[in-house]
Amino acid sequence: MISTLLIANRGEIACRVIETARKMGIETVAVYSDVDARARHVDLADRAVRIGGAAPGESYLRGDQIIMAALEAGADAVHPGYGFLSENAAFVGAVEAAGLIFVGPSAEAIRAMGLKDRAKALMADAGVPVVPGYHGEDQEPGHLEVEAAEIGFPVLIKAVAGGGGKGMRRVDGPAGFMDALESAKAEALGAFGNDAVLIEKYVTKPRHIEVQVFGDGTRAVHLFERDCSLQRRHQKVIEEAPAPGMTEDVRAAMCSAAVRAAEAVGYKGAGTVEFIVDASEGLRADRFWFMEMNTRLQVEHPVTEAITGVDLVEWQLRVAGGEGLPVSQGDLAISGHAMEARLYAEDAEAGFLPSVGTLEHLRFPEGVRVDTGVSEGDVIPRFYDPMIAKLTVWGADRRAALRGMARALEGTEVAGTVTNVGFLSRLLAHEGFQSGDVDTGIIDRDGAGLVANAPMSEEARAIAAVTALGLGGGALQGFSLWAPLSHFVGIGEDVLRVTPRAGGADVEVSGQLLRLVSEVDGWRVDGEKVGLRAMRTSGGVQVFGRGGGFVALADPLARGGVERKGAVLAPMPGRVVRVAVSTGDTVREGDVLAVLEAMKMEHRLLAARDGVVGEVLVRAGDQVEAGLELVRLEDEA
Amino acid sequence: MKLISAVSPSSDAFRANETANLEALEVAGEAVALAASGGGEKARERHVGRGKMLPRDRVAGLLDPGSVFLEVGATAAHGMYDGAAPGAGMIAGVGRVQGIDVMVICNDATVKGGTYYPMSVKKHLRAQEIAETCHLPCVYLVDSGGANLPNQDEVFPDRDHFGRIFYNQARMSAAGIAQIAVVMGSCTAGGAYVPAMSDVTIIVKDQGTIFLAGPPLVQAATGEVVSAEDLGGGDVHTRLSGVADYLAEDDAHALALARQTVGNLNRRVPDNVVWATPEDPAYDPGELLGVVPGDLREAYDCREVIARLVDGSRFDEFKARFGETLVCGFAHVMGCPVGIIANNGVLLAQSAEKGAHFVELCSQRRIPLVFLQNITGFMVGRAYENAGIARAGAKMVTAVATTNVPKITMIIGGSFGAGNYGMAGRAYSPRFLWTWPNSRISVMGGAQAAGVLASVKRAGIERSGGSWSDEDEATFKEPTLEMFERQSHPLYASARLWDDGIIDPRKSRDVLFLSLKASLNAPIEETRFGVFRM
Repeated sequence: MISTLLIANRGEIACRVIETARKMGIETVAVYSDVDARARHVDLADRAVRIGGAAPGESYLRGDQIIMAALEAGADAVHPGYGFLSENAAFVGAVEAAGLIFVGPSAEAIRAMGLKDRAKALMADAGVPVVPGYHGEDQEPGHLEVEAAEIGFPVLIKAVAGGGGKGMRRVDGPAGFMDALESAKAEALGAFGNDAVLIEKYVTKPRHIEVQVFGDGTRAVHLFERDCSLQRRHQKVIEEAPAPGMTEDVRAAMCSAAVRAAEAVGYKGAGTVEFIVDASEGLRADRFWFMEMNTRLQVEHPVTEAITGVDLVEWQLRVAGGEGLPVSQGDLAISGHAMEARLYAEDAEAGFLPSVGTLEHLRFPEGVRVDTGVSEGDVIPRFYDPMIAKLTVWGADRRAALRGMARALEGTEVAGTVTNVGFLSRLLAHEGFQSGDVDTGIIDRDGAGLVANAPMSEEARAIAAVTALGLGGGALQGFSLWAPLSHFVGIGEDVLRVTPRAGGADVEVSGQLLRLVSEVDGWRVDGEKVGLRAMRTSGGVQVFGRGGGFVALADPLARGGVERKGAVLAPMPGRVVRVAVSTGDTVREGDVLAVLEAMKMEHRLLAARDGVVGEVLVRAGDQVEAGLELVRLEDEA
Repeated sequence: MKLISAVSPSSDAFRANETANLEALEVAGEAVALAASGGGEKARERHVGRGKMLPRDRVAGLLDPGSVFLEVGATAAHGMYDGAAPGAGMIAGVGRVQGIDVMVICNDATVKGGTYYPMSVKKHLRAQEIAETCHLPCVYLVDSGGANLPNQDEVFPDRDHFGRIFYNQARMSAAGIAQIAVVMGSCTAGGAYVPAMSDVTIIVKDQGTIFLAGPPLVQAATGEVVSAEDLGGGDVHTRLSGVADYLAEDDAHALALARQTVGNLNRRVPDNVVWATPEDPAYDPGELLGVVPGDLREAYDCREVIARLVDGSRFDEFKARFGETLVCGFAHVMGCPVGIIANNGVLLAQSAEKGAHFVELCSQRRIPLVFLQNITGFMVGRAYENAGIARAGAKMVTAVATTNVPKITMIIGGSFGAGNYGMAGRAYSPRFLWTWPNSRISVMGGAQAAGVLASVKRAGIERSGGSWSDEDEATFKEPTLEMFERQSHPLYASARLWDDGIIDPRKSRDVLFLSLKASLNAPIEETRFGVFRM
């Protein structure tokens, strides 16, 4: 029995673990970095211990600090959540050496699954299908040709030392193999100085389907599959369970393979076995292959919970506390369909750039499971994953779940930062996804259409305008003896004429006159309830709902004044990685002036025009706020 | 007690009244529309083409979005100067900026370059008077060429002429009533003193100019050739001369700066009266057009009007059984306590004494007074004169003239003779004076005036032995009747700023409330009455 649990994590997963622990009567101890001192997980926990600075390396990755905190707090177990130290075998060892229970698999299981090649060999031995391929040292072309034929076309030739697609060739049949091999090797040699290649089965229509397993160290059960094919750069975006188009025999084959995989490593606790599936001819029992096993609780575990009714964290804590598997396989069944969407503070239109800001407003609709680690008023810390929440919906069938998720996204209100909610809505509405015809390439293929923000509707622009003006429903609003006064409000490219009157306003937008009436539950447009809600934020107006969007409003006073000509400003808060110029340097338009690291990405700041560097105001390593002047450019003499 | 209306909105009389009053309202509305169109379409296009905002849009841009705008003198100069100065070339009124009530005075440069006609001066001074008595910060949106030269004799020299504008600015500034100028165009000659005399001045770059003499006059006087911008543009005045304090990029920026300035005034409205929770009247103010007869000579109960103006239609009538031709009582208008004095017939000695008593009560309690004027005058005749009706009337006039509580007057019917004085006519400085489109104002009725003149004439003719036929008398009376009809019309009155504007009777309750609210920006001073003739 665990009586006091330390959660070695932050954000939504820490909150989620705390909630179940509390339900079970277990005392909870949170850990936090300096920037998380007032975070939601700290608030929820019974106690909280500071473990270090904001950077993960100074806090959430400091196993020693965490173990010390656990010991000091009198905890008897540590839950790692996901990410950070959750799959760190050395940490598991240290936790156990300190006499604490690690809520998760053994260090050996983690280690076994951590090395990809070894894991694949292990799985192959256990009778789990692995992606056919040749990784051998014999690079003789004839031999490679034979191996390729054995794997079965199409195949992929990859440089062993490769990356970035260099030295990579797809070969659809035996006829083109030798030519492709030759050019791949030549390219690999040129790029990496090493012409060794490997050959893998090329999956033409790959899907990512994973199986949730749960073990007690000896035996394991599965909790069916999840489909995580909607990915962007290997980041899952929307997950669902069960997988669309799944048949009983394919499910049986995949799930029993997953159980075999878990039992092969004596898996204890919650884990996930990921498969790549060739869906070019539907789901088939001979077209799935093991990719890897995640030896932790997955981000997307709520969809499994939704269709099975199981609280996986409760199971984790019970098994870690010494109990056996809570149920046997026969007790588990799928009920309905569930989906999860990951709501991020990121600007899809700007290349999914992580956005910063304060969550000035945060509301979720009823009837949706929300896993979140933030509260209204929180600042999104730039040191961690910018996820705001996971939204999980359940429906009797997939169509119902799709509708539920559409409603959930439409009803989600976040203001103060840019989010991917529009992107999620468009992705949800994607024809392929709607019909269940998914594969991991959807987002890359149809990205442009999914990413571009839809233009705001006329109703939304009208509501944005009255909100920008701060109009409400007062009886004397806009009172005049005779003709009323009108205001002109810039909404994007348009200028809207707004004439306030008692109880609302008349708004002229795109040559159309809309009559807006303020009601307790929002604006009526021409008598209709339009399902749009709006609010002022520090930077503009946010309109929630279909056709909504964000409108930046310029501060009418932020004009004139002292000119800062040629100032190169930090576009976002971050750390200066490199300053590429010095005072007096002549630069050409497009030259790199400095490199800023923010949200785990490097941003190059380029000269917008030719000029001479007048002054460099920062040094490499400096932490800077958005809007800070980094470099000043002057005209050439 | 709640008033009970005897009027039926479905009656023929109601509909007939409504039709007649709507017609009168339409006439006023057309005059307002004409004034609001300023100097006409071409002049407005030219104005906008220079990157300037139209005057009404400037006012909107200054005020808080959705703010009320209680416009003053909307039809000033109507029918005067051959129609050359719609609205007297300016917009004035009370609105809210950053939640603070302010007086906005905005030149309309589309009307003869915003130059000041005699009525422009009068309107400007009237707006300042309201600001001064109500303690309203003034924001001048200046775009004016100064005095209208062809009319210089009527705008320059007298006490209430151009110079009084700056006198008022200095006096108000001294009284802590902020004076803020936004120079959005010319500010020439005398006009230059508006920004110069202001506490804070904002000027629009490459658009606003301030100088005592423009480039043509400078060249004529000294031979110096200089551009308007170099002579007195925004750059010069904010950087070199110090005549202006803030340089704005354009109109919108200038208005934002003005809003910022008002936001930093640190003003607090005095706690004058005990506000009650506002409540709608039990009877719809929208019915007023049907309640009031189209014909002024037709008598009606003024309580029908009161019932449609006050909260819950509740009226605490004072001395209801005494001097019944004057109705006095306490009520609330949107939560503001008021003492209402309304006419229900000719003023008798008893009514006048009751009125004086009631004014004393309100002054004692510091309750604002609302006068609903529909008065033919004081009663005449031997019995009344001998009983001292002038003495009774003097009491009322003294009380009304010397009370220090805010007075709001609304002419809802006739305003004739000394009745106008007793009921807080213009000469008695009510904070605001509004008229209904059906009203008439003159020293006496046209028929009475023609009759007086005719009887004098007949006496003369008959004294010299002549005779005067009825037809000749009727012909003699004609011009007088016509003159009185024309001059007593509310548009004639409003054009000359005998009032602050014609209003839609249905908006009376709102107008009263806004007038009261504006007035209560100033503390209510202790009253010291004059000697009452006993």
